[in-house]
Amino acid sequence: MTIPLADLVTILPEMIVVFAACVLLVLDPITPPSKKDWLAWMSLGALVVCFFITGATMNDRVFAFSDLVVVDAYASFWKLLLYLVSGLTILLSMTYLKEEGIDLAEFYGLILLSLTGMMVMVSGADLLVIYLGIELMSIPLYIMAGFKRFEARSIEASAKYFILGSFSSGILLYGISLLYGAAGSTRLADIAVAVDARGLEDPLVLIAMMLLIVGFGFKVAAVPFHMWTPDVYQGAPTSVTIFMAVASKAASFGAFLRVLLEAFGGVKPNWNGPILVICIGTLVLGNIVAVVQTNIKRMLAYSSIAHAGYALVGLVVVGWAGTEGAVASRGVSSVMLYLAIYSFMTLGAFSIVAILRRGGLEGEELEDFTGLSKRHKGAAFLMLLFMVSLAGIPPTAGFIAKLYLFMAAVDAGLAWLAVVGLVFAAVSAFFYLRVVMVMYMREPSATQEIETRLALTPTTTVVLACAVAGVVLLGIYPSPLISVTTFAAIPFR
Amino acid sequence: MSDLLVILIPVFPLLAVLLNGLLGHRYSPALAGQIGCGSVGLSFLCSLVVLGEMVSTGTTREVIAYTWIFGGDLNVNLGFLIDPLTTVMLLVVTGVGFLIHVYSVGYMHGEEGYTRFFTYMNLFTVSMLLLVMGNNYLVLFIGWEGVGLCSYLLIGYYFDRISAAKAATKAFVVNRIGDAGFLLAIFLVFVNFKSLDYTIVFSQVDQLSTEMATAIAFCLLIGAIGKSAQIPLYIWLPDAMEGPTPVSALIHAATMVTAGVYMVVRNHVLFDMAPVALITVGWIGGVTALFAATIGLVQNDIKRVLAYSTVSQLGYMFLACGVGAYIAAIFHLVTHAFFKALLFLSAGSVIHAVGGEQDIRKMGGLWSKIPRTHGVFLVGTLAIAGIPPLAGFWSKDEIMAHAFVNGEYGLYLMAAIGALLTAFYMFRLTYLIFYGQSRVDPKVEHHIHESPPMMTVPLIVLAFLAIVGGFLGVPPEHGWIHGFLAGVATPAGAEVHEVSFGLLVGLMGIAILIAVSGWGVAHYLYSARPRAAEDWAARAPGAYGTLLNKYYVDELYDWMFVEPCKRLGRIWDWVDSNIIDRMVRAVGRMVDLGSAGSTWFEKHVIYGAANVIGFGNHLVAWSWRKLQSGMVHHYAAMIVVGLFLLVHFLLIWLTGKSVL
Amino acid sequence: MTVPITHYMILSGLVFLIGVVGVLIRRNIIIILLSIELMLNATNINFVAFSSYLGNVAGQVFVFFALTVAAAEVAVGLAIIIALYRHHSSINVDDFQLLKW
Repeated sequence: MTIPLADLVTILPEMIVVFAACVLLVLDPITPPSKKDWLAWMSLGALVVCFFITGATMNDRVFAFSDLVVVDAYASFWKLLLYLVSGLTILLSMTYLKEEGIDLAEFYGLILLSLTGMMVMVSGADLLVIYLGIELMSIPLYIMAGFKRFEARSIEASAKYFILGSFSSGILLYGISLLYGAAGSTRLADIAVAVDARGLEDPLVLIAMMLLIVGFGFKVAAVPFHMWTPDVYQGAPTSVTIFMAVASKAASFGAFLRVLLEAFGGVKPNWNGPILVICIGTLVLGNIVAVVQTNIKRMLAYSSIAHAGYALVGLVVVGWAGTEGAVASRGVSSVMLYLAIYSFMTLGAFSIVAILRRGGLEGEELEDFTGLSKRHKGAAFLMLLFMVSLAGIPPTAGFIAKLYLFMAAVDAGLAWLAVVGLVFAAVSAFFYLRVVMVMYMREPSATQEIETRLALTPTTTVVLACAVAGVVLLGIYPSPLISVTTFAAIPFR
Repeated sequence: MSDLLVILIPVFPLLAVLLNGLLGHRYSPALAGQIGCGSVGLSFLCSLVVLGEMVSTGTTREVIAYTWIFGGDLNVNLGFLIDPLTTVMLLVVTGVGFLIHVYSVGYMHGEEGYTRFFTYMNLFTVSMLLLVMGNNYLVLFIGWEGVGLCSYLLIGYYFDRISAAKAATKAFVVNRIGDAGFLLAIFLVFVNFKSLDYTIVFSQVDQLSTEMATAIAFCLLIGAIGKSAQIPLYIWLPDAMEGPTPVSALIHAATMVTAGVYMVVRNHVLFDMAPVALITVGWIGGVTALFAATIGLVQNDIKRVLAYSTVSQLGYMFLACGVGAYIAAIFHLVTHAFFKALLFLSAGSVIHAVGGEQDIRKMGGLWSKIPRTHGVFLVGTLAIAGIPPLAGFWSKDEIMAHAFVNGEYGLYLMAAIGALLTAFYMFRLTYLIFYGQSRVDPKVEHHIHESPPMMTVPLIVLAFLAIVGGFLGVPPEHGWIHGFLAGVATPAGAEVHEVSFGLLVGLMGIAILIAVSGWGVAHYLYSARPRAAEDWAARAPGAYGTLLNKYYVDELYDWMFVEPCKRLGRIWDWVDSNIIDRMVRAVGRMVDLGSAGSTWFEKHVIYGAANVIGFGNHLVAWSWRKLQSGMVHHYAAMIVVGLFLLVHFLLIWLTGKSVL
Repeated sequence: MTVPITHYMILSGLVFLIGVVGVLIRRNIIIILLSIELMLNATNINFVAFSSYLGNVAGQVFVFFALTVAAAEVAVGLAIIIALYRHHSSINVDDFQLLKW
């Protein structure tokens, strides 16, 4: 049996990334410490190549490996987003890892491997492939969360993430096995046929579906499967936190949507109720608990939970009875738009936390931001921008994301859900603006008066510039991104 | 060409924001101030050209800068609607704004964060311009949120004062309540019209049912109440006086707070379809006008008196909208911008002169020491009190006349009493500041000095405007402004009340009488018999205390909203520590029991077997640790509990469905 | 005589449940790890049973992948546990509460 060349070409980006990761791991021990940056540049180069390949094949819709893998506009969109986020994470890590004293080139290899998992997830047309993708994404993340081996918190985060992560993927896998029993195949298309035939109330399908929702709900950090998020986000090195909060969440949403819509598209009423409950619970808990946090990373973790809740609104729109065609596809595209914009804001906010960490200054407690506007105007202003965007205040991109999402909800006849979202957006303004207040309306204490040195190197500057460009440009001119997401959501019409 | 001109109006201040914000630390603060003023000045010139074109051609134009949001049926342009209403607002925002910017150069001189101040002020100007120029609801909303954010930043400008930070937060939170209503209105508009453009919405408005129109109008009204500080959301405005005085003048008197009035007038087509909402606007305005005026009677902080006066005057504008007199509302908005900016700025000049003192009980007899400030302040007082022929007289009289002619005698009565009180408290302020014995702290007495020309020249220009501004609307009902705005602010289908000349003169006479008697009482109490006011206050301590404490509304809100929240928090705390904690411990004990059981099992059953194998020993040793609920278990348990709850819920959801 | 498919499902369900309960009530990380393995193996029972019941080889292929992934997971997990032990001289999960509310 031979593998057709065409199939290999289809997964060229995945192969490039895996290859780059392997080369990196081999070269790491024989590279002198002063040259380690070259390895980071090499991985960035691989990402750039992949970016162009995926971008060029965006219009295709190709199945490969006997329908195990699909490369369509939907998958390509997520991949492009993932390349971008991974690239920025690598750029930031080049400085951050040195600050933390953990600059091992393995790190970049792990990021690339994890990225491969994410790419496989969003491209999977078969639960086997999706499961493999999830594991390939998660295992490097377990390691990276504990990358600060000498720090108890980091290891603890890693252990907690590992236990709960493998627990949840066990649940997911059990769901998959039940689905296999029901459908005789793990291919999404075959499952859809079997689910349609077995109808709404087949207990096997119902339980399997719930188990899958739990597994994915864990990965996207939705209530009540979110408990790991604050601990792990706080304990992990900040650049890993960024990668988890942005890339892993985006990829998980990508796979979650595909599984729900392709395999369970025929039984929308079945999953819509639970998703609605999860969505509201996530909105409520994420926004309210964030109010009492005093650690910025923890606060941003709850904020990322809350944002998962907003993105789930889009999923509810897709599943809502009576939404078909254009409205359903608007729901999908609003989730994609939301996560793309969320990526920029969250990446930016966490990056500020990362670059503040220099010379003993933690930069993680809210206290550390006291009077930042006096000490470093630029950093304070950027943080202001990211906070305003996270709170969804125009004209930043965060507003566009929420607007587009709530418009889709209102269109689907879910005006009340939009109102719930609005109320909690108002609550969220409270804790985001508290950071602003601390930065702008408090005097720095005597010890903080010392000129704050930021880890501002060319690479971190590029990361911040990209994040700011995303937050501002997508706010004042979001049309291109909206067109792309609309196009990418067409398969789910 | 002229399209470009329109786009340039907000672009100039935006460029100044970018320049000062990004490069401000590279050059001197003085240059930053010049850039800030110059950009608004250029916008003002452009606005004048736009006005010229508007007057000569009289055509309404839409200028689309670019397609902002494009996706499915949601299509929004960043576009500007240039019609007479926008033009008037443009001139107010850029013209008065420019004067206030110039004044700030002098007033803020030497303050820390001078560049930052001008950056925020220009950012505010950009937002306000978007607000009044937008051709759809979303652009309006951007401006709406933008001005709120700038207001937040500027109120908290003196960040060494804790009260400033608190006031800023209060303003922002109260405004967010209004904004939520406004955003809901936008959603409802979109659902009903599939568009957010004014032209499309207003041309298809007949398709709307009265109920839906009322719902939208009420949601809009919530937004307007929050922004324009009307009952019951007015509480943030007096506290907002913590900001620098030019901020109070620009944001909290002349422009931002009038955004609600602008929004109601802009949407008058919707309000005309919803008479219930419209008359609610009127009554909210009337009650606010009277209510705020009574509080203003006894306040002792110069800026707070002016703040309550602003709330009260905004009430007049709402009242005018409520009786369908939209043109009168805009007319009053314009004249109010003139004289209230004048009053705030000259109050700033007074504060500047007496070294930061804001308590009017510690002023007095200042007229000879700061004559120019005294002159312009007097002009402002005369204008707001409604002494003809100054600006306030014409616009306020027109509002009262409309209320009377439309048969809303209750509203007329409130407006009339409000006018009497307005005249009284404004002259009280004037007498206490400028006349009588000096009560200034001897230490600052010899420092009192007139402000520099940078501050007094804008004051004189504003005083001139406050004197002649009223002639825009003379003769009543047929002035220039009435003809100019007739096309955009005339209520649809309302019957025209012919006002007889005699009635008009009669109403004017009453208005003058009211104003003069207010002045007279103030003169009697604070100039002729200076002890009388204290006697009166002593004779009715209850009423005086109630007014002085602003009807205890802040306390009431505390008691109604803040305290219950805290109490809820305490109850929750109790529940948390007593019930939930116990439950957790109980669950923990159960888990421990299970754990102990399994350990027992391990010890006595597996142990034997494991011993044979040889490594079980370690496992047992490790697991026999102190029995205590650990976090990871909670997390994992949460996942399982969540799963069970969701399955349970799903079953209810499905069977509920099938039953139905 | 063949064993009916429901028997396999009940068996795998029980094994899965034991695994879940083990994760919830045990304190030793190694035992938790083993409990997770039990959960994974319950799915493997399911896959193999369904595979033979349906006469379809895909399930057995899935089992191979699941086993491989489980092995990788255990490798990483044990490494993490060693790092943890170096810090705390303990592998009792109750001792790891630096990160909480």
